[in-house]
Amino acid sequence: MPLRQIPLLLIALIIALPILAVVASWFGWSPEASATLASMAHTVLPEYAWTSVLLCVPVALGVISMGSVSALLVTAFDFPGRRWLEWALLLPMAMPAYVVAYAYTDFLQFSGPLQTSLRDAFGWRGALWPDVRSVWGAALVLSVCLYPYVYLLTRAALVDRAPRLMEAARLLGASLPRRIVRVSLPLARPAIAAGTLLALMETLADVGVTGYFGVQTFATGVYKAWLVLDDHVAAAQLASCLLAVVIPVLLLEHAAQSRLRFATRRSAASVADSQPLRVSGVRGWLAFGLCGMPLLLGFVLPLALLANALFQARADIALVWPRFGAWVLNSLQLGGITAVLVVALALPLAAALRGRPPWLTTQAVRLTGLGYAVPGVVIVVGLLLPVGAIQQRWPGAGAGYWLTATVLGVVWAYVVRFTAVALQTLQSGYTRIPAQLDESARLLGVTGLNLVRRVHAPLLSRSILVALLLVFVDVMKELPATLMLRPFNMDTLAVMAYQLARDERLGEAAVPSLALVVVGLIPVLLLARTLRRG
Amino acid sequence: MNNVTRSTRRRPAALAVAFMAATLGLPVMAQDKVLNIYSARHYPTDESLYGDFTKATGIRINRVDSDDAGIVARLKAEGAASPADVILLVDAARLWRAESDGLFQPIQSRLLEESIPANLRATAAGGGVTWVGLSTRARIVVYDKSKFQRSDLDSYEKLADPKFKGQLCIRSGSHPYNLSLFGAMTEHLGADATEAWLKGLVANMARAPKGGDTDQIKGVASGECGVAVTNTYYLARMMRSSNAADRAATERLGIVFPNQSTWGTHVNVAGGAVARYARHHESAVKFLEYLASPAAQNHFANGNNEWPVAKGVTLDNPALKAMTGGSFKSELIPISAVGKNQVRVQQMLDRVGFK
Repeated sequence: MPLRQIPLLLIALIIALPILAVVASWFGWSPEASATLASMAHTVLPEYAWTSVLLCVPVALGVISMGSVSALLVTAFDFPGRRWLEWALLLPMAMPAYVVAYAYTDFLQFSGPLQTSLRDAFGWRGALWPDVRSVWGAALVLSVCLYPYVYLLTRAALVDRAPRLMEAARLLGASLPRRIVRVSLPLARPAIAAGTLLALMETLADVGVTGYFGVQTFATGVYKAWLVLDDHVAAAQLASCLLAVVIPVLLLEHAAQSRLRFATRRSAASVADSQPLRVSGVRGWLAFGLCGMPLLLGFVLPLALLANALFQARADIALVWPRFGAWVLNSLQLGGITAVLVVALALPLAAALRGRPPWLTTQAVRLTGLGYAVPGVVIVVGLLLPVGAIQQRWPGAGAGYWLTATVLGVVWAYVVRFTAVALQTLQSGYTRIPAQLDESARLLGVTGLNLVRRVHAPLLSRSILVALLLVFVDVMKELPATLMLRPFNMDTLAVMAYQLARDERLGEAAVPSLALVVVGLIPVLLLARTLRRG
Repeated sequence: MNNVTRSTRRRPAALAVAFMAATLGLPVMAQDKVLNIYSARHYPTDESLYGDFTKATGIRINRVDSDDAGIVARLKAEGAASPADVILLVDAARLWRAESDGLFQPIQSRLLEESIPANLRATAAGGGVTWVGLSTRARIVVYDKSKFQRSDLDSYEKLADPKFKGQLCIRSGSHPYNLSLFGAMTEHLGADATEAWLKGLVANMARAPKGGDTDQIKGVASGECGVAVTNTYYLARMMRSSNAADRAATERLGIVFPNQSTWGTHVNVAGGAVARYARHHESAVKFLEYLASPAAQNHFANGNNEWPVAKGVTLDNPALKAMTGGSFKSELIPISAVGKNQVRVQQMLDRVGFK
């Protein structure tokens, strides 16, 4: 193995350590853990697993339909409102899924304001519609919060090429459905797959929405094993089962993607020549409605409901206002540090994958992408276990202190969790850089990191920025690791929203939640601007 | 690799190190007049409590708020390097578990031993207090006055009565409040009878468990369910809300403190301890003593709708007074018994399908 691979392997190892610790839990086989697992397997696990499937299927359908339809519409067609919808469709990214869940539940539940006032006004009785706190409700909330991943990646895949190729197909006499199926879809497929995969990994790891809705998924089982049954070994073993599901799917996706690479050199002139197809009248409004729906459900409505909840509770708000600025600052700081770090680590990894590296490196890099499918709590366990062991072995080194008394621990957990986001984005960007460029550069003597820095980075600048902003937003919304690993006096907006919601003060929780959305809008709007310029 | 590349590679690294040094160099351990707290209390009203302590003593407080399980896991990993001095938890079973995991250290404090009743604190084998209860919340039953009578529901056992079929609202069984109640029931009734009782609860549910205690109260108030189990803390807050609709909702409710004629109503304990590796031992003891003082106990009672535990502190909370008509009989069983039953209870819940 060339020496050059060693730094890469080291980076991968640092990122993958908690994941490896989770997998290694199988070696720490104990009779207690196997008893815990056996008891769960006989009672609840099959149902948890089935619920996870029941949740993932509609989420996949939801994010694919919302994300790819809207991406296709805004790139290939011109209709009323397209210009602002193009960036506004990203806004739901600023909404943490658990906040959307609070907002909808509070408003729609049996005892919520809507049903109560309808019953009072019309004398109706009983439940007026199915409970939002159910599997379908969770699927809806997760879909409207996660479709932007598919939208973002699909739009990026289509925007450079789809209008031109669609136009060519039209001139050759292909009908609209045929153009979509035979031209756009193959172009978009790798991006749709990558986006959906991110959404599903997030869904499998979710405990914020499902926990609040009382929907018991496999991740719930992981939580219970650890927090209630007090068995972290069993919890880690269950978590590694989640990985066992995700790994083959990732491999399939890699295999499918490697056959579907469409690299083109962008030339401004050729893009300007071809215009998106103008649609107007009923069809124009239909397009507007299709794009507006996810925006309405994932952003406008929950925002309005939150504002309403806040208004209703305005007299009881006991927030510590002088601390508010610090919460915002802490959120921004953690997001900023992590975004830079994650992208700095993911860039060489993504570059390595492009250059047909040795088998070991490929696998190591893929391992780093798994953190996204692991519930945050499990990553925390994966960090605390080895650090606890080191602490016991060498008490003088103070490993335990460095992990939690500084931001090292929490940032490390973020890196583990969100490397996948950056990696997917960068890899997706790499697929659009033709391999011939690398060869030409090599002939001119530019290799290794120089190649990444001087050739790839400028071409990838948009992907890099997108990756930075995605990680930034994700970190600001992250909960379990922030809650458990942050140092003293470092409350963030997400933590405050969670603490208030845990104390069942939803009206007050609306304040940090709204602030989180507003602050989260900054990176999302920057992201949108990046898109528009592209 | 040429020199240019090397220097550009080193620059971000150097910057990162400088940045880390600037943001991370927390002098948490260095100062004397400082106290480091890990707290599972999640009440914004507590802020004034900490502020008053600092004002009175000049000791600055550093705090991390998390949940009980997170704090315990964190302490275990930190080991002897842990910066924590004081641990505050809001669940008796967790206090017991942290104690048996050796995360606390016994302290000598006559003041605490005299003011906190013996059943609400733990004594170390070699003497000294390992943790003290600081406030309690009772787990009670509320019902729709138009549907049921108080006598229908004067014990926890009666919640499993088939006449409440389709009427019961209760939060997830795995929540610490319920685990604690069910652990206590296991102690009173035995495991088999408790499992049968839990089966009865599941059969009576109006809907699958979801939401918090406030949601269960609102469920009764809105007619979704006829009976609900809740913690007094949330009910008292609704009764004292400045939102007229919330207050009106509580007026439809009948309130029962169950098992007054038998073993008493189940109470859960929030408490505190000094961490095993505390570096500011003296300040830590001082802080716990402060929390047992009349001023702090009054804060728990009036500011945060909890029952005070220190002897000689009178209850001054209109909502809590209205609920009980003054006082009630609370259950007296060792907290260790409740803590030990937790895993067993969760396995029962899994067997009977209590989500």
